[in-house]
Amino acid sequence: MHITADRGRCVGAAQCVLVAPAVFDQDEEGLVAPVTVDPAGADRPAVRQAVHLCPSSAIRIDEE
Amino acid sequence: MTEAFDHDIPSFPMARECPMHPPAEYRKLRGQEPVSRVRMPDGQVAWLVLKHDLARKLLADPRVSADRLHPAFPGRLTAEQRAATERVRRLTTRRSMIHLDGDEHGAHRRILTGEFSLRRIAALRPRVQEIVDRSIDEMLAAPQPADLVEHVSQAVPSLVICELLGVPHEQRRDFHEWAGMLVSRSVSIRERAAASDALNDFLEDLVTEKERGEPTDDLIGRLIARNRQTPVMTHDEIVGTAVMLLVAGHQTTANMISLGVVALLENPEHKARIAADPSLLPPAIEEMLRYFSVVENAPARIATEDIAIGGVTIRKNEGIVVSGLAADWDDEVFEHPDRLDFERGARHHVAFGYGVHQCLGQNLARVELEIVFETLLRRVPGLSLAVPAEELPYKDDAGIYGIYRVPVNC
Ligand code: HEM
Ligand code: SF4
Repeated sequence: MHITADRGRCVGAAQCVLVAPAVFDQDEEGLVAPVTVDPAGADRPAVRQAVHLCPSSAIRIDEE
Repeated sequence: MTEAFDHDIPSFPMARECPMHPPAEYRKLRGQEPVSRVRMPDGQVAWLVLKHDLARKLLADPRVSADRLHPAFPGRLTAEQRAATERVRRLTTRRSMIHLDGDEHGAHRRILTGEFSLRRIAALRPRVQEIVDRSIDEMLAAPQPADLVEHVSQAVPSLVICELLGVPHEQRRDFHEWAGMLVSRSVSIRERAAASDALNDFLEDLVTEKERGEPTDDLIGRLIARNRQTPVMTHDEIVGTAVMLLVAGHQTTANMISLGVVALLENPEHKARIAADPSLLPPAIEEMLRYFSVVENAPARIATEDIAIGGVTIRKNEGIVVSGLAADWDDEVFEHPDRLDFERGARHHVAFGYGVHQCLGQNLARVELEIVFETLLRRVPGLSLAVPAEELPYKDDAGIYGIYRVPVNC
């Protein structure tokens, strides 16, 4: 799986960090900062959930 | 819009049969017309969105505006009420992110997102705990039955906002009193306007003082410092932002505390389970947020272009009410929505809205709710309602749903 997180769209709601803390973090400005863009198998369901929850469509799965 | 004279357009808000459930009409309308026309109290016709997927779609659509000053913006007041509360509205309609669209909204929001990151909010926990402990001390010391709303529900979010904004301790009681008067049923419109003016002046002075002196180590102080480096907000907008944080963060959290405590007390088995294992609280809180979705009509919008959705076309400049409550009781998305299921584990409710305006304070709200519920269960295990839950004074007449008073025995 490969993901892209777009800081330009992020509104800092932290839904992604709450459901997939192994993959997403927030920087000093409270905007999304991925820990990895190639999530491990075990984290993938949580990444899908984060994509579904993100209110501003700031995270994308480029490759399953 | 000529349809405004049709007689078959239902009025909004709609009445509830059960204080814990949405109006039954929602369910019927959702099946027939998930985007329905409704007549607002001022006589204007707006669109009511009742399905979860359509609610998310609209709130994420760039063709809607959050401009609360637009003449067609759906509100809960009649024309007379609006005129009578003009002065209070002057406070709540000050420019801030909640009114703004597009890039301007983005700039106003991003200058603050760092203040609400999970790390920042986690660092506030000890202060929130102290505030909660002190509020519970006061409730325990009060004559019984004591009012949970006065001592805990209203006090905790008000003091947390003081902490956030950097309101000096000696002024917190005044601040709390004025904030309470804005929504009290027992004060006249005149008194409410006076409280609103007092709050306005107070926040104006607070910001002016912080702008003059050395930067203070609180949200407003840091906002002023950042804004000096990269100007985004005018002085008026900084004051407007302080006002908005109070308005957005106070009654919402307060009512969720009241409703949540009643929900726990009415479900003794779950309450016992949570008391024994507080790690069950966060999912229970998500479920309370979904079930009560207290901000029923704040996520209102104006269409800035024609939008085809749910089988209708919303025309440019028409008002839209996205009912989070209706969306969160959509049975195609939440099975048996009428069951308050603390183990549901669903996070995709829209109690905090959706799209770029999704609640900025949501993770602070989660922490406040968690600490209040955990501390009450631990410190006041015998807490009980002094009147049956059905007889509590629910806020049928308010923009944010909740309960006016909750008499409890500790
Ligand atoms: C359980 C408590 C709360 C609930 C249910 C709630 C609900 C909401 C909702 C539904 C919105 C979206 C409004 C819209 O789309 O027009 C919103 C926005 C907002 N809320 Fe909350 N809120 C809560 C607590 C808080 C707290 C504690 C704060 C901060 C102190 C806060 C600050 C904000 C701000 C700043 C916005 C505007 C965001 C924007 O326009 O980008 N809220 N809230
Ligand atoms: S959920 Fe979306 S908006 Fe929220 S922090 Fe993550 S990427 Fe940003």
